[in-house]
Amino acid sequence: MKKLLLSFAASAAVLVGAAVTAEAADKTKVCFIYVGSRTDGGWTQAHELGRQELEKALGDKIETPFLENVPEGPDAERAIERMARSGCSLVFTTSFGFMDATLKVAQKFPKVKFEHATGYKTAENVSTYNSRFYEGRFINGQIAGAISKKGVGGYIASFPIPEVVAGINAFVTGARTVNPDFKLKVVWANTWFDPGKEADAAKALIDQGVDILTQHTDTTAPMQVAAERGIQAFGQASDMIKAGPKTQLSAIVDTWGPYYIKRTNALLDGTWKSEQSFDGLKDGILTMAPYTNMPDDVKAKAEATEAKIKSGEIAPFTGPLNKQDGTPWLKAGEKADDGTILGMNFYVEGVEDKLPQ
Amino acid sequence: MIFEAILLTIITASTPLVIASLGELVTERAGVLNLGVEGMMIMGAVGAFAVAQMTGSPYIGVIAGIVSGAVFSLLFGFLTLTLVANQVATGLALTILGLGASGMLGESFVGIPGIKLPAIAIPLLSDIPFIGPILFKQDIAFYLSIALVLGINWFLFRTRAGLKLRAIGDSHGSAHALGINVIRTRYLAVMFGGACAGLAGAQLSLIYTPQWVENMSAGRGWIALALVVFASWRPWRVLIGGYLFGAVGIAQLHAQIIGQEFGIAIPAQFLSMLPYVATVVVLVLISQNRRTTLINTPASLGKPFVPDR
Repeated sequence: MKKLLLSFAASAAVLVGAAVTAEAADKTKVCFIYVGSRTDGGWTQAHELGRQELEKALGDKIETPFLENVPEGPDAERAIERMARSGCSLVFTTSFGFMDATLKVAQKFPKVKFEHATGYKTAENVSTYNSRFYEGRFINGQIAGAISKKGVGGYIASFPIPEVVAGINAFVTGARTVNPDFKLKVVWANTWFDPGKEADAAKALIDQGVDILTQHTDTTAPMQVAAERGIQAFGQASDMIKAGPKTQLSAIVDTWGPYYIKRTNALLDGTWKSEQSFDGLKDGILTMAPYTNMPDDVKAKAEATEAKIKSGEIAPFTGPLNKQDGTPWLKAGEKADDGTILGMNFYVEGVEDKLPQ
Repeated sequence: MIFEAILLTIITASTPLVIASLGELVTERAGVLNLGVEGMMIMGAVGAFAVAQMTGSPYIGVIAGIVSGAVFSLLFGFLTLTLVANQVATGLALTILGLGASGMLGESFVGIPGIKLPAIAIPLLSDIPFIGPILFKQDIAFYLSIALVLGINWFLFRTRAGLKLRAIGDSHGSAHALGINVIRTRYLAVMFGGACAGLAGAQLSLIYTPQWVENMSAGRGWIALALVVFASWRPWRVLIGGYLFGAVGIAQLHAQIIGQEFGIAIPAQFLSMLPYVATVVVLVLISQNRRTTLINTPASLGKPFVPDR
């Protein structure tokens, strides 16, 4: 009985969320590995919407099986390998923590192509793709700088990886273009997904006197707390307006669909090759939720900034900018290069936190 | 002012831990080890949220949460008590099943704004400065958690039924020989544990963060399980342990922000480790005294029982 139940438990663990459809020999398989559930209302849901868009566009030529709730770590390697073995031609692994597992499996299956989201390691058959989330956070920062009366914002951060650090820096840089004295308090929740903990972090920041809130964690709990306490906030990964109809100013929304279609087409016509993609607002991989709950002039400015980022007229990280300790980073007019942004490991001026190393 | 706000946050964060842990304490006192707290909690959360949405009443939601947890725990009861399956394996399976099933059941409720359970102010008492707004202007889950501590303490150590339940937990063979119905009592204890876990889940989806997302219990069931050992199976110590854990967790968030103000860099990873370090330290201190630990540990915990053997 014990053995039976244990094997039941083990197979249940693997089967939860598995939705590998029956094989159809003539269709190409484009597969997805998700870190969370596809209805998480945030990060994974955005990838799921991208997959659905891909299915809609190329559904007659491909099928798109996926595995959800795949934990980062040793289990990830097994899940990715299972996908590769099941005949997938292209596998999208959609979380930073899948990086090493993706490369390991890719080595074993040289004919299968892999695409890893937000990582930095590539191989002959492994591409990476990332989004310039920081462009959206720069616009959010500008709005925050204009709206915040105290000039103190709160940022719920997840883990000290370059993407998150770049987001923090972009937010404070944007805010300082409007209010040069803007300060940002950061709380590390040390999780991507825990509504309770995210809500606690939001409460702590508000109790400590911030009057505008933004988050780099995945649930709408902070938005709810902001609504309850009567301050305003920004959504992350998905439009969170439903959690705070009078609270959300805007949100950065991930829209992976166009990228998935582009890469699958490349696979189908044989032009796929390993590359590092880093698209942003202008490519439509990142969009802004409607600018709401703000005065018209702030909204107009946000729209103008969005248009200028799209046209390339401005870039969020443009000098003069100092690092946190006051030492110069970028000279006037100088723009940060992609390498620095993708590997960002320092704060700019205005962030009150000390970066965990 | 800020102190009051922090205390309120701590209460909200600690209440689900205390409630779920108290339920498991009763289950374990009857000699049954149910590792499925996380699964029962999440079933309670989804049940409470769904019914609150459908009826528009968060109170009916709370009742639905309690019922969901209790009914779900019956599955565990049937497998381990009637079919005498291994309790550890069944408990783990219950957690995995609960996480999966709740995700499926709750799929249509994702992203819908929840209905928050309002606070109930107790007349007169809530007017006491400082203490009043913190202790007597709370939601129903907090009041219930305190009532549960008092009630369980009284039941276990002051009533005949409580004595029988403890006797079963310590030596089910002897209790059976004395004519006590071991299986029936254990069924009731398991269901009580499920009901408490369900109530804790309802607190999550209707008070703590009024929304439904998959996996929203995020490991709180496991912490509740650990708290039972931490408390060496005593209700009052569950209350203390739950609040200690909750308080350290909230305090570290504030420490991060205050540290920034004074330019002190305390690594966030270190701070978020603190609640667990505190737990380990207290556990070590408690287990120093082997005798009291042995007295409180139910001797038949986790052992299968077949009546006619």
